[in-house]
Amino acid sequence: MSQEYDFKTKVALAEMLKGGVIMDVTNVEQAKIAEESGAVSVMALERIPSDIRKDGGVARMSNPHMIKEIQDNVSIPVMAKCRIGHFAEAQILQALEVDFIDESEVLTMADEHFHVDKHPFKAPFVCGARNLGEALRRIDEGAALIRTKGEAGSGNIVEAVRHMKMITSELKVLNDQNLSEKAKEFRVPLALVEEVVKNGKLPVPNFAAGGIATPADACLMMQLGAETVFVGSGIFKSEDPSERAHAIVQSVTHFADAKKVLSASYNLKDAMKGILMSDIPEDQRFSERGE
Amino acid sequence: MVGVLALQGNFASHIHILNQIGISSKLVKTLEDLSGINGLIIPGGESTTMSNLLLRDQSFIDGIKSLSIDKPILGTCAGLILMSKNSFDKKVLNMNIIDIEVSRNAYGRQVHSFDDSINLVHKNIKSKSMKASFIRAPKITSMGKNVKIICKHDNEIVGVREGMHIAITCHPELKHETLLHEICFKR
Repeated sequence: MSQEYDFKTKVALAEMLKGGVIMDVTNVEQAKIAEESGAVSVMALERIPSDIRKDGGVARMSNPHMIKEIQDNVSIPVMAKCRIGHFAEAQILQALEVDFIDESEVLTMADEHFHVDKHPFKAPFVCGARNLGEALRRIDEGAALIRTKGEAGSGNIVEAVRHMKMITSELKVLNDQNLSEKAKEFRVPLALVEEVVKNGKLPVPNFAAGGIATPADACLMMQLGAETVFVGSGIFKSEDPSERAHAIVQSVTHFADAKKVLSASYNLKDAMKGILMSDIPEDQRFSERGE
Repeated sequence: MVGVLALQGNFASHIHILNQIGISSKLVKTLEDLSGINGLIIPGGESTTMSNLLLRDQSFIDGIKSLSIDKPILGTCAGLILMSKNSFDKKVLNMNIIDIEVSRNAYGRQVHSFDDSINLVHKNIKSKSMKASFIRAPKITSMGKNVKIICKHDNEIVGVREGMHIAITCHPELKHETLLHEICFKR
């Protein structure tokens, strides 16, 4: 018998994360709260996006020691972020046996022209996208999972909605278009565009991220076609992280049943304070990074 | 009609397999959804997440246990963990549907996941090989005397049955294999 590990083995882990909530955590205590509240995975990072936004400066890969501590204290998959194009950070995260690497626009870009070539890596990658072209370029580079970029750390769902609807609507009309022209426009091989047309969907799961703060936000993204949600600042910037985390988990499972989402939403304290997009100057928007 | 527990995980791939072999299916998210089904699949996913959702509703757990008295249950990966007698973690629900003990994530993290062939051991089928994905898979560490082997990987037991129930540590459904579903639900 010969064991194999290929692209599909990477996508398989994303399949297992479907219908769940992936939570940003900055220490062991938060990771344990996330796991006990029903998270399918945690994203280990030193500062959550809303603090990165506030603090300014260069945001890099988190301290490996902090990631390792979280790995040692929870049994669910642990993800971590590398900077766009920073393949050395990605190599370190892979050596640490992180379960998923998020090549993330939330961190400062390391390469303004190229993302990491993700094919040679054994660790699967997740990447953000605002539209179908970005999603397909990331998949062509080897991403095993796509998420909307949304606007991380904003507590404002408007960008995630825009990105999810954009991808869905572009998928819908792709069939009627000249595929070689689209492949050129997207800068991806024609075969990838043809595969997407044939299946009517992306070849990897499609999750939502960026601005989800309430059970209702999670429910909205699931109804718009997300297969799982990432919640970043929304949980540990709220007044009741444990209760809110579990409420969002329930809301994702029962997204088609408003009564269940209602009962999950009862008795929650205040959500994080959100930011209007008009109050974030364009050059400070995470979602503008990396296309 | 076979139900697929759809609290979290890859329930959609099991629905797809059931469609392929001509068995109607429905998603099971609540106690009420258990009515009218002749069998249940507990899919892969995160066992802590599924446990978390189930443990807040004892009547749902009781419903699954009483279904298991006379209806077959098939569990893959996290499903096997939930069906086991013990997986040695207080966050994880063990429904004791099959008399096995389990060690979770026993192969290691995702970089140690793999695809391989497994062998089916069943009285009606002569050494049939099947493909499967082992994704952060558990291992069976002990089994009771009424538990029979149904799948082996190298010399390791990766699939078991007890009475009409089947549980397996890996994912044949991700490789579009239908045999286990047929054995479990088409008798």
